[in-house]
Amino acid sequence: MVDAVRLLQLIINGAAAGCIYGLIALGFVLIYKATEMINFAQGDIMMLGGFFAFALIAHFGLNYWVGALLAVAITAAFGFALDALILRRVIGQPQFTVVMLTLGLGFIFRAAAGITWGYDSVGFETPFTNRTVKLGGLVLGADNLSIIVGTVLLCAVLYVFFSRTRLGVAMQAASQNQLAAYYMGIPVRTVFSLIWAISSGVAAVAAILLAPVSMIDVNMGFLGIKAFAAAVLGGFGSIPGALVGGVIVGISEQLAGYYLPAGFQEVTANVVLLGTLVLRPQGLFSDALRKRV
Amino acid sequence: MRTLFRTSYKQDLRLWRHNGDLFWYGLLGVALLLIPVTLGEFYVGEMGGVFIFAIAGVGLMLLTGYTGLVNLGHAAFLGIGAYTNAILLHAGVPFIVTLPAAGVMAAIAGVAIGIPTLRMSGLYLAIATLAFGAIVGTVLQKWDSVTGGFDGFAVPTPSIFGWPIEGATGVYYLSLAVLVFVLWVSANVLRSPLGRAMVAIRDSEISAQSMGINLALYKTVAFAISAGMTGLAGALFAHYVRFLAPDSFDILLSIQFVTIVFVGGLGSLHGAIFGALFVRLLPQAIAIVRDDLPFGIGRMPGLEPSLFGLILVLCILFEPAGIYGRWLKTKRWFQEYPLHRRAAKRRQKTYARSERLR
Repeated sequence: MVDAVRLLQLIINGAAAGCIYGLIALGFVLIYKATEMINFAQGDIMMLGGFFAFALIAHFGLNYWVGALLAVAITAAFGFALDALILRRVIGQPQFTVVMLTLGLGFIFRAAAGITWGYDSVGFETPFTNRTVKLGGLVLGADNLSIIVGTVLLCAVLYVFFSRTRLGVAMQAASQNQLAAYYMGIPVRTVFSLIWAISSGVAAVAAILLAPVSMIDVNMGFLGIKAFAAAVLGGFGSIPGALVGGVIVGISEQLAGYYLPAGFQEVTANVVLLGTLVLRPQGLFSDALRKRV
Repeated sequence: MRTLFRTSYKQDLRLWRHNGDLFWYGLLGVALLLIPVTLGEFYVGEMGGVFIFAIAGVGLMLLTGYTGLVNLGHAAFLGIGAYTNAILLHAGVPFIVTLPAAGVMAAIAGVAIGIPTLRMSGLYLAIATLAFGAIVGTVLQKWDSVTGGFDGFAVPTPSIFGWPIEGATGVYYLSLAVLVFVLWVSANVLRSPLGRAMVAIRDSEISAQSMGINLALYKTVAFAISAGMTGLAGALFAHYVRFLAPDSFDILLSIQFVTIVFVGGLGSLHGAIFGALFVRLLPQAIAIVRDDLPFGIGRMPGLEPSLFGLILVLCILFEPAGIYGRWLKTKRWFQEYPLHRRAAKRRQKTYARSERLR
């Protein structure tokens, strides 16, 4: 029985980590669906979101909830500006250009954060830090539970937004067929910038949810690489797929760390990623057909 | 302005365009041979580093610049070459064998990553190679019975036919020789059917396939050649740093290689050299002017990576043809001096081909 409890705990920890991957992957997928770009700076935007929250909550002493909301709003505005000022200029260039551009931007963000907030890890007090919840024989960290609950809530909000609101439907339309969306009078460019804003905001939420579990530091953005595994596993075009992929990656990482020798935990995400690309390139939940040639 | 008037096919196949080229390249070669005699040890060492990065850059240029295959895990090949060379040398194998062995080993790794990624293009390939690079990096760290892990691996001094290759000067001449060899191979590859097939694949896979080019074969060959050259660079890199640490072959190094290719200018061998000069000498240039910069900018940590990022971004936004492209444009401006037209330099509007099927 002890082993079963242990396993369950591993799975819940993994699911919590996986939710973070899933949220970052969600950012990739939103942008990819709309603009066929991949934002390699997504992890770094998450890092910036974490630092914004740190500055607002720990520096200026704002209430946790107010500070978190403000940080998400600031990061979203940042994402909007990023698209409107920089990324829009390279539309139509080969895809690798965008890859390199976002990689370069990631470098700049990392250095800017390092210069502003220093290179040490920082953290801030959250309502979930160092609390535990007892469920029968299970002892769970409130931090991990908050991640899972927060992710589910965020997804519900996004789902309602995309399916029920006028702007959400306009975003879907712009992602599906740009030209038709233009004809219908949708301001496609603004909508794309708004999608960048949403995806940056989601990244900031991920950073804030992650804050009780791990410290915020400049190299946090490398989590983004693991999120690729989540996005690819989920099919890169599918929003629920990204989250499910993230959870699968998170859980398999935890299990590999526990049952396999040292070193396997680090490569799990990458092995999952390569395996998916080789065996099932369309991912688990492909909704868009891809060209075969 | 020189107008080339070819009178025989041999002229078309020459590696240099005209005798003036031959003269200038010869002069450059002589100057490079004389650098260790005239300049101090520091500069010789730095130039050795430039040559090593240029070799890897030429390798990546063949893959990314000519075949159009993205590789964000290029440092893995460098690492494989470096460790192969060091481990074999440690086992007592002569350097004359270990150097090619490093190239072959990396080429095998290149085929190993090339074959499963044949069906991928663009973004998926970028992500897959990124994962591959991360996996190799972790293996180098964790497989400590072979690589020494984080304790590092001391590289023995190599010798060719009893001549020890020591110090910065030895590495300098060795790297220069390998660089010339690699450039010669690349130039020959590029004017052969193989190179033309590679360029055709870059420009359009569909049309290349319909012209009878075996995509799988040529892509794999491109990966193998590129990885092999980088493996050679890795072997030299092992002697350049003299002490291998597994975490030096990480994603940041891969991104440096891609920066070489991008900032130098995609699709030109010259570009790889310019890019390597840029990437290796920029940190040195920063170090030299560090104290003279106003407002203490020079003392900020993280100045280098941010500058790399900034230059990469500016380069993509404003000069996608890279340093070499800028050089060609400048040369053209002087050649046509009073008559140059701005429209000739204007960036063409392009439309991205959708990867979706709708």
